[in-house]
Amino acid sequence: MMKVLTVCGLGQGTSLILKMNVEQALREKGIRADVEHTDVSTASSMNADYIITSNELSEGLIGHPAKIIIVNNYFDMEEINQAIEQNVDSN
Amino acid sequence: MKFLEENMVQFDVEVANAEEAIEAAGNLLLQQKLIESSYIQAMKQAYQTNGPYFVLAPQIAIPHARPEDGVNEASVSLVQLKKPIPFGHATNDPVRLVFGLGAASSDEHLVLLRKLTGLLNNADNINQLIHARGIADINKIIEMGR
Repeated sequence: MMKVLTVCGLGQGTSLILKMNVEQALREKGIRADVEHTDVSTASSMNADYIITSNELSEGLIGHPAKIIIVNNYFDMEEINQAIEQNVDSN
Repeated sequence: MKFLEENMVQFDVEVANAEEAIEAAGNLLLQQKLIESSYIQAMKQAYQTNGPYFVLAPQIAIPHARPEDGVNEASVSLVQLKKPIPFGHATNDPVRLVFGLGAASSDEHLVLLRKLTGLLNNADNINQLIHARGIADINKIIEMGR
């Protein structure tokens, strides 16, 4: 199954909020994926197909084999939907 | 679990910078004994170390730290700023609403985050929170979202 990481600085609050909204967006699109939330340093050594995070934290993930997807407004479902449509291969 | 209850929301707060804004949101949790003062230090430390990534949307900051930094109960406070304050975020500055998140390791933490996400996924709610005058307004906004 597709593996998605949502990433924040501590892996406690922000990444969980993003996970909730990403899961909702994926569900509505009928995309099956395993979404996990974590902090940026743990994420660097984890395998994933996609990593979703803020622009600020994406710099810490340069060189990660996963495709990095940036979301600026975590509460804007339209932006999250668009980011997924543009970046995630639904097949 | 305590979510934006009376005495956990402060209106028209004047602060000079982002650190003071984080402190104000943390102090509301501290006064209710929901966190220890060490947690406020950790919130500010997280800002210094990881930057303003917790400015999650235009005008909205959700500073927090780890449960082990001193959280007694899963909780969310709110400081409504009198003047917008820059946190240094590239797209979401300046901040008007600061939600202090007491992050617990319990399931209540998840319930709180769902409440908060449900509230803030709606742009109308954000606008109303910015213009709320008292706890009655806050309760109305939360009730409407249910």
